[in-house]
Order: sequence, then structure tokens, then C-alpha cells
Amino acid sequence: MAESTYLDASELVLNMGPQHPATHGVLRVKLKLDGERVLGTECIIGYLHRGVEKIAENRTYAQFAPYTDRMDYVAAVTNGMGYCEAVEKLLGVELPPRAQYTRMILAELQRIASHLIWLGTHALDLGAMTPVFYTFREREEILNIMEKYCGARLTTHAFRIGGLQYDLYAGFEKEVVKFCDYFLPKIDEYEALLTKNRIWMNRTQGVGVLTGDDAIALAVAGPVLRGSGVKWDVRKALPYEAYDKVDFEVPIGEHGDTYDRYLVRIEEMRQSVRIVRQCVERLEPGPIFGKVGKVIKPPAGEVYHSIEGPKGELGYFIVSDGSTTPYRVRIRPPSFINLQALDYMVRGHLVADVVAIIGTIDIVLGEVDR
Amino acid sequence: MPPPKPVVKPEPWSSPLVEELQKRFPGAVIEALIFRDQPAITLQKDAIVSVAEFLKSDDGGTYVFLTDQTGVDYPKREKRFEVVYHVYSFKRNDRLRLKILTGENEKVPSVVSVWPAANWMEREIFDMFGIPFEGHPNLKRILLPDDWTGHPLRKDYDILRQDQAWVQANLNIKSGQ
Repeated sequence: MAESTYLDASELVLNMGPQHPATHGVLRVKLKLDGERVLGTECIIGYLHRGVEKIAENRTYAQFAPYTDRMDYVAAVTNGMGYCEAVEKLLGVELPPRAQYTRMILAELQRIASHLIWLGTHALDLGAMTPVFYTFREREEILNIMEKYCGARLTTHAFRIGGLQYDLYAGFEKEVVKFCDYFLPKIDEYEALLTKNRIWMNRTQGVGVLTGDDAIALAVAGPVLRGSGVKWDVRKALPYEAYDKVDFEVPIGEHGDTYDRYLVRIEEMRQSVRIVRQCVERLEPGPIFGKVGKVIKPPAGEVYHSIEGPKGELGYFIVSDGSTTPYRVRIRPPSFINLQALDYMVRGHLVADVVAIIGTIDIVLGEVDR
Repeated sequence: MPPPKPVVKPEPWSSPLVEELQKRFPGAVIEALIFRDQPAITLQKDAIVSVAEFLKSDDGGTYVFLTDQTGVDYPKREKRFEVVYHVYSFKRNDRLRLKILTGENEKVPSVVSVWPAANWMEREIFDMFGIPFEGHPNLKRILLPDDWTGHPLRKDYDILRQDQAWVQANLNIKSGQ
């Protein structure tokens, strides 16, 4: 280990985590340092491993759905949506429009909620105390809508395979539109705090640069990929639900640094509001369930289906043997694969920047470890 | 009474890409199937790296993005494991599934040199299925502790089973349950 460097000073290995406020959960990173500069890292993960994929092989299709909520626990709605859609694809079921638009509204609200947690904690990591109070205030409104819809705030289990369990409550549309009107100016408020803030710019610009080619080679997805200037979004490229029927932009960054990823996520929240408004307009009374039997028994075969989660491409690969239990469920966790890029991004930076870069990848350890 | 629904099952898939692969790598393609509009090509294990390099090149369709890589265990088969790759091409906006078959304790060529993203995913497959990858830069367990015994996603690994000795030694739990 002790390679000689400047003035024959040997390298220092420093342990960061797993109990560390800035690692957003139980992530342990071994840093190889030369003074303050990071020469390399090694991530040690698995502290939260619960064997979700093994559990899936021992449950029926419907029984497994709530477990998906517990992976990315700050974006349970999108997790459940990805799983339900994958099984629906396996079954070959089409959803009625009302179910599709309801799913899209809740998924986009969940994306906003997830980005709000990211923004608050990321800013807190870098020393800005205020945004976290603001973002949690707005997130509360979203959680209230979730709670009114399905009774749960975090692990929602909002959707069922084939459609929705509950129809929307009276006044849902009004509340959602009211939230949109309330929320848009709040984004400007966050931007007023951070976007032109000199400290924020110094801490994030040029930090953790990931070029577009590197991002593709490392298969990172979501805002991290788009921050590196690759205009790719599952919602646009391989549309699911009714995303091909709504208008929205895919924001991209220019330099692939932490600042660009911040701007991308901020803009994504605005685009999510835009999608929500369009979906609310198109909500019409109608059935909320597709043609799915009481017992879910897909034909033998295999299907990979992915959606654009708040953190990146969330994919489910399901192998069916024709019984009521999945033969194999593989979850492509965006956080796990994006975290792999950490080592490439931190090399040459200071220890303090490691915190910024972990924050900018936006990981949830429940999903990394499954 | 409505007529009974036709049984849906994977069907043979023919496409210019499969023909091209058959021409360039004779004998490498074992079968090509399509199910729910998702094509899957089963390949000879030894051909995976050269086929991957071809698919990544411009001639092969620029499948530069390794979306996912995982394993599946079929204990009753002669070669019990499948390694499944999902690759994506931005240019064609197309996703492709590749598969190779491998037996227990048989080495699989690593694709880290082609798609660097395979690094952690191959470690996870090694961790969960015990499939060793040849040419991997750092093949060790990733989610479970390094000194754990057994590979949980194998079908003969019961859901209630775990490494009791490890659990007792490290977590100080008597029953482990």
C-alpha cells in the first residue's frame, strides 16, 4: 500500500462511514489519500442487504409488490409502478387511461418529493442550512396528497398489478393543481438561495466531473447521465404509460459537474409540474383496472421493463415459469449502478468534495443494497 | 363462451442483426427468441467478449450502454446458470438481451473490458450465484461479507438458511432468525 509520493510521504487510508451523516445511510467508503487529495476509493456496501430478490422467489406476484416500496424508500411510488408495469408487460395487459394518468400524476409528484429530499440534504451537506427546511415543507404537501390517496406517506404501495386499488378521492384534482400553483414559485425560492450563491458555485462547479462518454461506459442513468450532456430519458426514449402523449423537456447539463446536475434536477422538478398539470387535464371518469384475473399467473417467458425513476433507470427483469410465483426477479437499481461512478468522479478532489459528490449522485442505500 | 386465449410463448426471432452475428461468428449463436417484443439471443460462452465488442462497434449497432447484467439459476439443466446481459443502443433506440449458459464452477469471460459498468454487476453475480468471471479486475463479494459461505440466489439455497456460523460470530445472535 505504502507507495512513495512527494517527499516520501506515504499514503493514508481513511475510513468514511458507515455511520456518517453525509453518506446518506450506511455507506462506507475507504479513501486513499495523499494529504487532502483523494487518490482512489473503495465503496463497501451491503449493510442494508435484505435479499429482496430472494424474497421475490418465495412470494406470489401480488405479494411481492409491497417489498419494492422498501428499496428506494423516498420514492416508493415509482418503485411500485416499475414492478407493476413489468408484470403487466409479462401478462400483456393494457391499462385504461384513467389508471395511466393517475399513475403518472403520483409518480411525478413522487419525483418532486425525491428531488426535494435530495436538494435539502445535498445543500445541508455543503453547509447551506436553510434549503432543507424549505424543501421538507413542500414535500409535506406531497406526502399529504399521498396519504389522502392511499393512507400511507412513505411506503405507499399505491398501485396494483393491472391498475389501481382505489379510485381518486373527491377533490384530488383540485388539490394537485393547488399544489402545482403553490410549488412553482418555491422552486425559484430555492434557486434564489443557491443558484447564484458564490459559496454554492465554488463548492459545486468543476467538482466531480463526469464526461458523457464515461457516463455511458459506466451505464449511469437519470440526472447524472443528463448532467453529463447526454439527452436521454426513458420517458422519452422508450415511453411507458402515457408519457408519449404529454409534452415535456429533457434538461441536460454542459460540463458534467455537480453544479450541472443540480441545475438538471431543479429543471426536472419544473417539468414534472408541467406533466402533472397535463395529466390532471386529461383525467376522465372511467375504469381503473385492466383485464387481470384474481390470480396472477403469467405465461412462461421473461421480460425486462424499465422506468425513469427519480434516481435513474429503474428496471425489473422478471423470469416466469408459468406459475403464480416469479421464478426470478432482478431489480436494476439506479443507485447501485450510479454509485459505481463515485470512484471515477472523486479522484484528484479534496476530502470535502467527496461529500459533495456522494450527495450529487443521489443514492438511497436501501436500493443500493436491496 | 369466448374462444380460449392462444398460449403466448417465446417465438424464434430472425433479424439482420442475428444473420450478421451468424456470419461473423459461425456457431456462436445458439438460438434467438422473441417474447413480448423483446428479443433475446443465446450465445456460446466463449464468444461473448468478441460478440460484445462487435455489438459495441458502429457496425454492430453501437450497443454502448450495458443496462443490466444478472444471473438466473436453473438447477435441473445440464448447464445450470444463465448470465443475462441487457444492452442498449442510443443510436437505434433499441434494447437487446444476450444470454450465455454456464455450469457450476465454470469460468465465464468478463466483459468489463468492453463495458466498464459490468464491474459491480459481475461482482454481484459472483456474490449471489458463485459464478467466477475470468479477467475481472477485482472479483470479490460486494453485498455480503467477504467471509460469508454460500450463494443466496441459487435455487438450492433456502430462504431461511443463512451462514449461521458467521451470524453468531459477528452479530452475536443465537438463533440467527
